[in-house]
Amino acid sequence: MTRMSDAEIEALALSLQVALRSVLCSLPLAIAVAWLLTRRRFSGRALLDAFVHLPMVLPPVMIGYVLLLLFGVRGPIGHWLNVHLGIRLAFTTAGAALATAVMAFPLMVRSIRLALENVDRGLEDAARNLGAGAVDRFVSVTLPLMAPGILAGAVTAFVASLGEFGAVITFAGNVPGETRTLPIALYSALQTPDGGNEAARIALLSFTLGLAGLFASELLARRLRRRVGR
Amino acid sequence: MLNATLRLARTEFAIDASFDAPTPGITALFGRSGAGKSTLMHLLAGLLKPDSGSIALDGETLFDSARGTNKPAEARHLACVFQDLRLFPHLNVRANLDYGLRRARRGQISIRWDRVLELLELGSLLHRRCWQLSGGERQRVALGRALLAQPRLLLLDEPLSALDAPRRAEVLPYFERLRDELALPMILITHLFEDVVRLATHVVLIDSGRVLAQGDLPSLSLGPELRILLGADGSGAVIEGRVDSVDAATGLARVAVGSGHLLVPGDGLRPGSAVRLQLLARDLILATEAPRSLSVRNQLRGTITALTTDPPHNLLVHVDAGGAQLLARVTQAAADELRLHAGQPLWVLVKSVTLRGHAL
Repeated sequence: MTRMSDAEIEALALSLQVALRSVLCSLPLAIAVAWLLTRRRFSGRALLDAFVHLPMVLPPVMIGYVLLLLFGVRGPIGHWLNVHLGIRLAFTTAGAALATAVMAFPLMVRSIRLALENVDRGLEDAARNLGAGAVDRFVSVTLPLMAPGILAGAVTAFVASLGEFGAVITFAGNVPGETRTLPIALYSALQTPDGGNEAARIALLSFTLGLAGLFASELLARRLRRRVGR
Repeated sequence: MLNATLRLARTEFAIDASFDAPTPGITALFGRSGAGKSTLMHLLAGLLKPDSGSIALDGETLFDSARGTNKPAEARHLACVFQDLRLFPHLNVRANLDYGLRRARRGQISIRWDRVLELLELGSLLHRRCWQLSGGERQRVALGRALLAQPRLLLLDEPLSALDAPRRAEVLPYFERLRDELALPMILITHLFEDVVRLATHVVLIDSGRVLAQGDLPSLSLGPELRILLGADGSGAVIEGRVDSVDAATGLARVAVGSGHLLVPGDGLRPGSAVRLQLLARDLILATEAPRSLSVRNQLRGTITALTTDPPHNLLVHVDAGGAQLLARVTQAAADELRLHAGQPLWVLVKSVTLRGHAL
């Protein structure tokens, strides 16, 4: 095997960029949804729960297709975004980030929800008793105590985002430098007659990234847990 | 004054309690484990909402179901020291102490940082993490955190029961200092009568979510309600007296009680200080003639004020010893033989003084 080509480095950088944007943008929403599902009793809660988990059970290509229907240039949301804000999502890097965000969302919510369920409500009561209002105690007590779970969720979602294929290629296509992330580059390499070496390099790279991500996540979570005294 | 009427019905328990707590002062909510005392604290603090009732502190309504008033817990300024302490694990000791102080009422800082650090000896712990603290240290940090929140009233849920005897001995003096030096009103929830004798100025007896009786400890100690909680062998009069002198040679303090005096172990006592003594009813011996040639050193003269039954076979003899009200347990047979009756003068021999506390 030879050195990585520019196109492969480009795919790697793009993958990292897409995954990072996807995680950063979906994290606040994931925390909000996890909070709603854990702490609020409202009608439609079971429905929201099921809806959030749909990407885990539906074919990714179908998710990409639904995104295309909604966020495509002629879709109801996509059209509005295009006309009013000049944002195009379909077949762009931002679109790739959106597709990976939707796919990784259930992973993130599950992890954050578990962390929130483990937060001792007694500590929130203590904060309240010491004069902290609802937002104050969420920020000063609940969030820090959830931090290990949030981090674990974010890293898992990040690593999963790096590998998302079906939804991305359906919604964002296979545009070199725009939406050709590592798995799509791997697929493309396999489609070319003598792309065997390239495919192997990308596969190895993806494998290393995934493994490193999971290790980093575990390490960070362990340090954070020690900080919050568990 | 805190006035509370609290009702809460749950499938597993019910609260229906009405009581007052003088401010300043330490009011003990005394009852067995599971009597609903902790629930009362959560109701007072606003962490649980009563089904109905009212809470007023020094004339200000904190909760009133009839008028729909319910001041949120974070605005009540009734700081709790929880039974499980609930120190924030993600913060060090300094940040824990600072948590309430930073959220205290503006312009109401009267309990100062330095004062609390000194009073509770927390200076050397500031940079520690909470899990690096011993039980007694954790207790002190929780207490300091609550104090620094500048509360109008401090609620203490079993502050001493989680500690072993040496740790109790370590922490107890801090509570006495708080009571005597800060004049901060406190409600002390406890199932240990020893805490009540040492600290309380007003006592509310709780059983199954209801108030059995309330009042000052010397008068409550004569009534039947406290006997329900303490059992026949653990009950007896609590009296207050003043230390006349402490004899260094014998180690005994002479405490003026009513018209007489008692000799008690003098460690930690100073002449002039007020003390509380519990004399168990079973430890008192009555004599209708002047006792002679006995090993019992403590004798008081008094007059029988009443006789009540103490089922199945005993009588409780109420004796006024020059102002100090005592309770002695005798058998029915002994009472008959001595022809005990109200108005009769006699001698009371005190075999031992069980509990001792500093009275206010």
